Amino acid sequence: MASSGTAAKTKREDLRAYLDRNFPRLSENLPDAAVGPMNVAFQGWRRMGYFRYLIAAALMATIPWLMDNDILPLLQGGYGINVLFTTGYWILLTLGLSVVVGMAGLLDLGYVAFFMLGAYTTALMTDSGGPDQWHLVTWSPWVVLPFAVIVAMAAGFILGVPTLRLRGDYLAIVTLGFHEIVRQSANNLTITNGSRGIAQIPSPVIDLPFWKLEFGLDAEYHWWFLLIPSILLAVIMIRHLDDSRVGRYWAAIREDEVAAAAMGVPVTKMKVLAFVIGASVSGVAGWIYAIKFGYIAPNSFPLLLSILVLCAVVIGGLGSIAGAVLGAILVTTLPEIVRELSGSEEVFGFDIEAGRIAVFGVLLIIVMIYRPGGLLAAQRRRTELQEAGAADGVVTILAADDTGASDTEGDPSDQQVKTRDADLWDVQKKGDE
Amino acid sequence: MDCNPGLIGPALITGLILGSLYALIALGYTMVYGVLKLINFAHDAVFAFGAVSTWYILGQVFGLVGPQSGLTLVIVLLAFLMIGGLASGGVAVGLERVAYRPLRKRHAARLSYLISAIGASFFATYMLQQDFLPFMLGPGPRQYPNVIEAGAAGFSFSLMNVRVTGPRLLVVVAAFVCFFILDRLINKTSTGRSIRALSEDPVAAQLMGVNVDRVIVTTFFVGGFFGGVAGALYGTLFGSIAWNLGFIPGIKAFTAAVLGGIGNIRGAMLGGLLLGLIENGSTICIGPEWKNVIAFTMLPLVLIFRPTGIMGERIGG
Repeated sequence: MASSGTAAKTKREDLRAYLDRNFPRLSENLPDAAVGPMNVAFQGWRRMGYFRYLIAAALMATIPWLMDNDILPLLQGGYGINVLFTTGYWILLTLGLSVVVGMAGLLDLGYVAFFMLGAYTTALMTDSGGPDQWHLVTWSPWVVLPFAVIVAMAAGFILGVPTLRLRGDYLAIVTLGFHEIVRQSANNLTITNGSRGIAQIPSPVIDLPFWKLEFGLDAEYHWWFLLIPSILLAVIMIRHLDDSRVGRYWAAIREDEVAAAAMGVPVTKMKVLAFVIGASVSGVAGWIYAIKFGYIAPNSFPLLLSILVLCAVVIGGLGSIAGAVLGAILVTTLPEIVRELSGSEEVFGFDIEAGRIAVFGVLLIIVMIYRPGGLLAAQRRRTELQEAGAADGVVTILAADDTGASDTEGDPSDQQVKTRDADLWDVQKKGDE
Repeated sequence: MDCNPGLIGPALITGLILGSLYALIALGYTMVYGVLKLINFAHDAVFAFGAVSTWYILGQVFGLVGPQSGLTLVIVLLAFLMIGGLASGGVAVGLERVAYRPLRKRHAARLSYLISAIGASFFATYMLQQDFLPFMLGPGPRQYPNVIEAGAAGFSFSLMNVRVTGPRLLVVVAAFVCFFILDRLINKTSTGRSIRALSEDPVAAQLMGVNVDRVIVTTFFVGGFFGGVAGALYGTLFGSIAWNLGFIPGIKAFTAAVLGGIGNIRGAMLGGLLLGLIENGSTICIGPEWKNVIAFTMLPLVLIFRPTGIMGERIGG
């Protein structure tokens, strides 16, 4: 994806070249007769530019209608629309975390803390709760949205500046602690109403002379229409960042921080930027969450949520936008679909709601061992998670000497080629066959 | 901020007791870090299994519920600590097999180890929350066998306005005994020498004939063993356990390990005691509900101002 921006400008890439680059194995199996006709559609799709996002929006907008009319096979009716909403804000969360973990390679285990800050900012700045509820101001939810984003971003900045200088694995546990600090503070402070949380957060109202709409008053799908532009804007922002110099900086930092610093990459600045960008998206998610449910409490944001979002990103595909979306859909809808199919709360004596976490735990291990890039791995990242991180010292050295059941193919020099330049490796492999 | 000087005594004693517990758990983090230079994120689940295994084997299978006395008490206590330690050591070794070794063989990047360890931890923890196997705890808290009389009838004395009961004393004594044993093991035996060699210079250690896989398994087992002892002590101390018991002590023990200097065994002990004293010392001036916040704030502070911890990062100490 990385080079697609520049490549498209000089010469439009045809489908075969695209497949070769992104799905080499699939491309080998597809005959020209199949690729040729599809190429027309592919070129057309490419030529549309931003119009593609409008089509995506239109397709997304039909989902509630499809659900209402029983065309989608599962999750119909009022229940399905709630699952759809959950999936929607989860997509925002996974997109944001994908920037932090997938693109910049920073393991953030407290990502939901930013989501929580966005939601609490919304609650404290709108006309929420009872008469004794403490408010900063009481503004309309629309006005509060930028503040929710700014607070989340500021938190990302404040957490990021001191901690992002640290070694990678310390960061994980610091962010974990950060989540608990935020959650327990909300639980203990009186202005956040402690563990009782804040209720009656108002819904946004569109009040134009010719059109008046209170969100969620008549239909639940209003919320979904609020999510569609948020998701698409987040996708556009992240895609552009990833295709820009910033994205290449992130890739360099993720692959070898020392080398990146030596080449003049502003490492700490770029890491903080990744944190802030990730936090901004979850701030929007927090805002939507607060106004949709109208009630937030510290217990709505357990640490588990942070880990589950991470599961979604990892399973879907680190650093890949499509992967983040797929991961969110899998993690939120799979348990619901299993529940609907089995018709009960338990499968083989396994409580679905809690048991899914055990299942995702196993999936994390399996994905890390067999498909470290996730289900929809980004091309640029596909090989590097298997990389023998030369800078990582002991892990590599210990592994390299295991004479036993080593299942890495080829000799060490092959490994080198593979990690240094993925494209070159693909070319070589094709030449061999 | 209204400080209550009357709380200084209780804060010191509670800090010492909880700090010993953190120190024992921190040993597991610090040993694995010393050898693999990785944070073993699943150590909280390993710790939890120390409590769960003793609860199941002694409480459910042997039906030990009431307080014991005399020689029986000594035997039962030793059995408690051994079973907890062995079970957790076994879990830790299994974890290394499932979540770490395949990645080592595949030359995975650091991030992969952390993620797969998180996966293992969540798998183990949320399996405990289920109840289709007898040793699983289910969603609610469970009564832990109270073999030491902690009430008025039992052994107790008063120290600085705190009643020191049997379980409380046991935690501190056991922690110091464990620490002594481990310190001997690391500094005086050939296994310990291998571990130190591997943590200091893995390449040279290998050239000198250290069996890397075996040393790593040993490290996981020893770290897990002391985590399991801590788990059994946790159950005895608090009298009830729940499926998510490992989580908060896990992060705190990690903080303790970093505070003392991760990879350094004496540092883990010192860090554990210090963290216990700091978080409980904070209750003198701030409400006890802020204890966890104080403990978690310690971690970034230490990492910013003294990233190698108080005693540095060498395993031998």
